[in-house]
Amino acid sequence: MIELRKLTKAFGRKIALRGIDLRVAPGESLVIFGPNGAGKTTLIRILSSLSRPTSGAVHIGGLDLKTHADGIRRHLGVVSHAPLLYDSLTADENLRFFGRLYGVSDLEARITLLLEQVGLAARRKDLVRIFSRGMTQRLSIARALLHDPEILLLDEPDTGLDPQAAEMLHRLLADLSGRSSASRMGSADLPSNASGASRSDANNIARTIVTVTHNLERGLALADRVVILANGRIVYDADAGDLAASELRPLYDEHVGGSR
Amino acid sequence: MTFFAAVGAILWKDIRAELRTKDIFSSMFVFALLAVIIFNFAFELRVPDMKMVAPGIIWVAITFAGTLGLNRAFVIEQEKGSMAGLLLAPIDRSAIYFGKMLSSLLFMLVVEIILLPLVMVFFNLALLTWQHLLVLLLGTYGFAAVGTVFSGIAVNTRAREVLLPILLFPVVLPILIAGVKMTGALLDGESLSSLSNWLRLIAIYDVVFTIVAYLTFGFVVEE
Repeated sequence: MIELRKLTKAFGRKIALRGIDLRVAPGESLVIFGPNGAGKTTLIRILSSLSRPTSGAVHIGGLDLKTHADGIRRHLGVVSHAPLLYDSLTADENLRFFGRLYGVSDLEARITLLLEQVGLAARRKDLVRIFSRGMTQRLSIARALLHDPEILLLDEPDTGLDPQAAEMLHRLLADLSGRSSASRMGSADLPSNASGASRSDANNIARTIVTVTHNLERGLALADRVVILANGRIVYDADAGDLAASELRPLYDEHVGGSR
Repeated sequence: MTFFAAVGAILWKDIRAELRTKDIFSSMFVFALLAVIIFNFAFELRVPDMKMVAPGIIWVAITFAGTLGLNRAFVIEQEKGSMAGLLLAPIDRSAIYFGKMLSSLLFMLVVEIILLPLVMVFFNLALLTWQHLLVLLLGTYGFAAVGTVFSGIAVNTRAREVLLPILLFPVVLPILIAGVKMTGALLDGESLSSLSNWLRLIAIYDVVFTIVAYLTFGFVVEE
């Protein structure tokens, strides 16, 4: 369970978050939409303990993030638009390094499994610096999943990707979260071994996922619940249910129209 | 994951990356070598005995080259957001400090070990003695201990290349003075035991700043 109470964050005079109250149930996939400057990335940075709130409280798994950040970080996997990887290390070396930091047992097998899941097994010994943006982002997902986290925080993971790579990434995320995106999304151009292998892994774990994105259609494909953030406030919060992308667009425009 | 395993992992990662790119080593070594060569030509016409200026030249070259290396060490962490990757790991922030500090120390020592024989040739001085190496080790440790903290502060600013020396040089002045005094005295034939006050100063500096860095680094890297 993730619980935010009266969360605010200010950078000098600029207020990024204004009294956010939010609960995310275990296993729920929450997708947060919002325009630039709405406070989405700030919210993810606070949840991931990279930034401290100005006021308010964050509890994750019943623990206060302020006092138990080290323990909570163990259960978090973060995928950001920045890959959080080292260019001058190979894919294997990157995962090995982060695996050691997280104290992952049977690291060799875990790395092999994840590289297969993200379709990079054949590029294991290649330097990250020669990877395309899409490959780097897939490796970033493997890094985030190394320690089998219960909570995934995704901060616009498709930034800078071409439409094909973005779709591939979202299908991968949908599969890893145990949600097939096939019903809402289009064609499959995942690496041949990525989709099937990951689904079997994902089905064993009900991961809580918080995603922030601009992309309404792709975001909705991942969502159990949708939140719209504007000017640092939650202006819409509802179950995704059978909400279609065509219905979400007018809702989004209605709620953020004045803040863009 | 134990504290020491985390430090070891970060040190391993930095060594691995540096062996591949040689970014930090090459910039530090080329800068230090050029500094020594330029000082050599600048002073040799007017200074009767290079032994008089050699200690200062060595320590200035090490200080400036070390600053370059410290800058680079954290810039690498920022380039692909990998510093955030480190901060997300369930490890004590001070493990990040010690990992980065030890890698900077190692790279500086490697540069010094290669630079010293060249300085000996340029200035015709005997510098490869255990006493000289001990002084260099203690001084370089103190420099890396303080420099890693300031580099962590400077890297988040726009003017990081300028800010690091502005923050660092006043604080490492005791190391520079003690290093020059001891290197000069050893070149003059004094024994290490006669320099015990300087040695004590540099050792206390190293211990104090290691503790201060250990206690403060977590605040330095957090937003």
